[in-house]
Amino acid sequence: MRVLWIMLLMPLAACDGSLWNNPYPASDDGKSILYTAFTERPKHLDPAQAYSENEYEFLALIYSPPLQYHYLKRPYQLSPLAASALPKVTYLDKSRHPLPDKAAAERIAYSVYEIRIKPGMRYQPHPAFVPANYMRKPGSIAALGDFADTATRTVTAADYAYQIKRLVHPRLHTPIAGVMSEYIVGLKDYAATLQAAAKAHPDEFLDLNRYPLPGVEVVDTTTYRITINGKYPQFAYWLAMPFFSPLPQEVERFYALPGMKERNLTLDWWPVGSGPYYLSENDPNRRMVLMKNPYYDSETYPAEGEGGDAAAGFLADAGKPLPLIDSIVFSLEKETIPYWNKFLQGYYDASAISSDSFDQAVAVGVSGEATVSEAMKAQGIVLDTAVSTSTMYTGFNLLDPVTGGNTERARKLRRAIAIAVDFEEFVSIFANGRGISAQSPIPPGIFGHREGCEGINHYVYDCVKGAPERKSIAEAKRLLDEAGYPGGVDVRTGQPLVIHFDTTATGMGNKSRLDWLRKQFDKLGVQLDIRSTDYNRFQDKIRRGDTQMFFYGWNADYPDPENFFFLLHGPQAKVAKGGENASNYSDPEFDRLFEQMKNMDNGPARQAIIDRMLETLRRDSPWLWGYHPKNYVLRQGWLHNVKPNIMANNKLKYWRVEAAQRDRLRREWNQPVRWPLWLGAALVLLFALWIWRVLQKREQGR
Amino acid sequence: MLAYLIRRILYAVPILIGVNLLTFALFFVVNTPDDMARMQLGIKRVTPEAIEKWKQQRGYDKPLLINSAAGGTDKLTDTIFWQKSASMFVFDFGYSDDGRSIGREIAKRMGPSLAIALPTFLIGLIVYVSFALLMTMFRATALDMAGVALCVLLMSISGLFYIIGGQFVVSKLWHLVPISGYAGGADSFKFVVLPILIGVAGSIGSSSRWYRTIFLEEIGKDYVRTARAKGLSELRVLFTHVLKNAMIPILTGVVVVIPLLFMGSLLTESFFGIPGLGSYTIDAINAQDFSVVRAMVFLGSVLYIVGLILTDISYTVVDPRVRLQ
Repeated sequence: MRVLWIMLLMPLAACDGSLWNNPYPASDDGKSILYTAFTERPKHLDPAQAYSENEYEFLALIYSPPLQYHYLKRPYQLSPLAASALPKVTYLDKSRHPLPDKAAAERIAYSVYEIRIKPGMRYQPHPAFVPANYMRKPGSIAALGDFADTATRTVTAADYAYQIKRLVHPRLHTPIAGVMSEYIVGLKDYAATLQAAAKAHPDEFLDLNRYPLPGVEVVDTTTYRITINGKYPQFAYWLAMPFFSPLPQEVERFYALPGMKERNLTLDWWPVGSGPYYLSENDPNRRMVLMKNPYYDSETYPAEGEGGDAAAGFLADAGKPLPLIDSIVFSLEKETIPYWNKFLQGYYDASAISSDSFDQAVAVGVSGEATVSEAMKAQGIVLDTAVSTSTMYTGFNLLDPVTGGNTERARKLRRAIAIAVDFEEFVSIFANGRGISAQSPIPPGIFGHREGCEGINHYVYDCVKGAPERKSIAEAKRLLDEAGYPGGVDVRTGQPLVIHFDTTATGMGNKSRLDWLRKQFDKLGVQLDIRSTDYNRFQDKIRRGDTQMFFYGWNADYPDPENFFFLLHGPQAKVAKGGENASNYSDPEFDRLFEQMKNMDNGPARQAIIDRMLETLRRDSPWLWGYHPKNYVLRQGWLHNVKPNIMANNKLKYWRVEAAQRDRLRREWNQPVRWPLWLGAALVLLFALWIWRVLQKREQGR
Repeated sequence: MLAYLIRRILYAVPILIGVNLLTFALFFVVNTPDDMARMQLGIKRVTPEAIEKWKQQRGYDKPLLINSAAGGTDKLTDTIFWQKSASMFVFDFGYSDDGRSIGREIAKRMGPSLAIALPTFLIGLIVYVSFALLMTMFRATALDMAGVALCVLLMSISGLFYIIGGQFVVSKLWHLVPISGYAGGADSFKFVVLPILIGVAGSIGSSSRWYRTIFLEEIGKDYVRTARAKGLSELRVLFTHVLKNAMIPILTGVVVVIPLLFMGSLLTESFFGIPGLGSYTIDAINAQDFSVVRAMVFLGSVLYIVGLILTDISYTVVDPRVRLQ
C-alpha cells in the first residue's frame, strides 16, 4: 500500500514550483551554482595517480599545488598558488657549493628549489582530521557522510614533502614517477627502499615518514626544499600540477582503516585537499558536485592581466576572494544531443560545440573569423576561442626502409608527401575550421613559436603577403621524382610506390577521412594502404616500429618547447628506448641542440637554438606537422570572467555567475506547452469512448 | 518440485563454469594483460616497469590457465582464471581495474535501471496485451488492418529515432520533462516518465503483433465458441478465457526477461543520463576491464538461468496440467 501511495504522489513531486523540464531542484534557484557537464568519468582522483585532462578538471580545484598558471596574463606564465612567491632556485656544483644564477648548465650539479607556502592555509572539512573517527567500527560506515564529525587542520610544508614521497609509493601508479626519479635527488633509491619495505610487510600500512628522502627537506612548517639533479627549469611547471599538492599523512591512514576500501572509500575516490573546492558528491555515473571549501581564504581575483583585459571586463572582480561561485555541478552527459539541447535551454552554463551543432552555433565571417550565429546571439550566448597547446600530427617511422632514414632521397619523399597532404583542407572539412595548420611541432602560445613569414615551414609553404601558402603539387611531384619515385613508381623496382598508413580509425564514421587521405596521395600517384586496427595492435606496432606512417597527437604537459621537442629527441626513441619519440627520429645535431636548449631560460639565445632545431626538423620532415586544434566554447551571457586559458585547469574558480539573470531567462525559455497534454488526453478518451460504443453495438447485435 | 529446482540449480554450475571459461578465452584472445595495463595507465609516460607493477598488483602477472611452474593444486589455482573466477560463485565480484568494488557498483546502479525497466515492462505488457486483444476483437476489420499497419510502421522505426524524436518533441519543443538526468526517490518521476513512454512506444509494434498472433490462434478454439454460446460478452471471452489460455506462450517470452531487467538498457540510459547498469559492461569492454566484464557476464548468465527456472515455475501456476518433476 505504501508503494502505491508513493507512486500516486510521485507526479506531485514535479509540482514544486520549478519549471517542468528543469533537471535541477527548485531549491537551487537563485544560488551561485555553476552547471556544467563531463562526458567521461575520471579514473583517478588521487593526485599521485591522476594525469588526464578530465581528472585535472576536478583535482585542480580541489588541491593546491605550490604554483599555478596566471589566469589572465599571456604568454602563459607561472604564478604562486599555495606558495607565497615563486620558488627561489639555488644552483650548486658537485661539491654542493653555490653557483651564480647565470652559471653554465654543465657546471650545475644540483638545483635547489626552496618553496615557502602561505601560512594558515587549511584543508577542507573531513573526518580524517577527527581522531575519534579512527575508532569507529567499519560495519557502521557506508559512506563518508556517516562520520558525523569533521574538522580541518593547517597545511604544512611536511604535507608537500609527504606527497612527493607518494610519487614512488609501491602501491600507487604515478605516471611521472620515472621522470621525477631522474631528477629529484634520491627518489630512485627511495622507490627501491619502499618497494622492499612493502614486500617485507605486505599487509601493513606503509609509513613513508619512516624513510627519509634526501632530495626533499622540510625546513620549517611553511618551508621545504626540493633538490634536483642538474639544471631543469621545466621543473617549475611540474610544481603547478596536482602531483605536487599537499597530502596529510593522516588522510592515508584514515583511508587505510579496515573496511574502507570495500566501501569504495579511498583517496582515489574521495580526495582531500586545501583548494577552493571539495568534492561533496561523487557519483561519476550521474553527477559530481564540488562545494566551496569553507576554509579557503588564501587567494583573491588577480588585479593584473594583459592589455585589453580591463576593457573586456576581466578585471571587474579584482581583489575579490576566490572562488566566486559557491558550488559546481558536473553532470554526466554521454551523448552530445541532450548536452547541446540542455545548454540551449539554459541548464548548462557553458558547452563545447559538436560537429552536429556547429552550423547552428557558429557563423564564419568573410575574413574567416568565427562568431556566434544570429540565433545564439539572440539568446545572449557568447563564443570563446583559443588555439590549444596541442598538436595533431602524422608521423613517419624513421626506421622504415622506404619512409625512414636520413638520406636526401628519404627527406625528399617525406617533403613531397608533406606538400601533398593539404591540412588546411582537412581542418576545413573535418574540423569545421577549428584548427590551424602547423608549421612545426610548437603551437602558438609556446615559447619558440614564431608568427609571420619567419615562422613558416618554407619546405612546404611559401610566404605570400605574410601568410603561408602551400607549395604546388608540381613542386611535390618534382621532389618525388628526385626521390626516385617519378609518377609514384619506384625506379629501382618499377613497382608502384605503396605507403602503409596505420590508424585506429575504423568504421563508417572515419571512412570519409581515410578516403580524403587516400586522395591526397593520389595527387602524387602514390598508393596509400590504410591499415585500420584496434588500439592495442596499433600501440604494439608503434612499439615495435612496424609502421610506415601513423596518426598521433600530443597535449602539452607544460608550456615549454622542450615538452614538444622531446617527442623527436633521439635518446627517447620508441623502439630503442621505449620513450615518447614514436617516429624514432634521430639526428645528432638536433639531439645536441635539444640538450642545450632544454636547460636554458627563455630569451633570444634560446630562440636562436630553437630556430636551428626547427630548421633541422623541417628539412628532415619526420612528421607531417598536421594542425593545432582550436577550442571553441560557448557560454551563456550570465557567465562572467571566462577567458580562455588552455594551461590552467583551475579556471572555474575565477568564473562568476549571475543567478538571477539565469533564473529569469530560464523561465522565459522553458515555459511548458500544455496543450499537447490536453489533446492527448482528449484523444485517448474519445478513442476509448468510440471503442466502448462499438462494443456495445456488437453486443446488442449478437 | 524441490527436487526439480535442485537439479536445475546443479545443472547451472557447469553452465556458469563454461560461460566463465568462454568469457575468459574470448577476452584474452583479444587482449593481453599488457594491453589492459596500457589501457589503464594511459598513453603518456608509461614505462615497462609501470606495466609490470600494474599487472602484479592486480594478479595479471600469473599464467592464464595453467601454472606449470607451480606444484600440486597451485597449478590450477595460481592462475588468472582461477583467481578471477572462483570467488564469483559466492558472488564476490572483487574490484574493477580502477579499484572500485564491483558488487557495490552493481548494487548502486541496479536501482536506476529498475526505475526505468520495471515500469516499462509492466506498462508495456498491459498496453501490448490490451492492444493485441483489441486487434483480435476487431479481427478482419478495418480497425485490425489499421492496427497491423501501425504495428509494422512502428516496428520499422529505429529505437534511436524514438529516443531522439521523443526528446526533441516532448522535452525541447514542449518543455514538459527534462531532456536527461536523474534524481533519486520521488524526484525521479519527471526523469523517468519520458524514457518509460518511449520504451513502451518503441516496442508496441513487435510485441502487439506477436501477442495478436497468439490470441488469434486461441480465438478459433472450441472453448471460445463454448464461452460465447454461454452468452459471455466478447470482452469477458477475451480477457478471461483467451488471455488465460494464451498465457503459456506469453510467459515463455515474458518471465525469462524479468531478472534481466536489472541489467538496464544501454541506449536509453546513455541518452537520458540514467546512472544504471546499461552501459557498465560496454564501458568495461572499452576500458578492457576484465574484472567488470566477467562479473557482468556471470551475473547476466545467473539472471538468465533464474529467468528460465521462473518460467518453468510459472507454467505450473497458469496450467495445472504442468508438473515439474
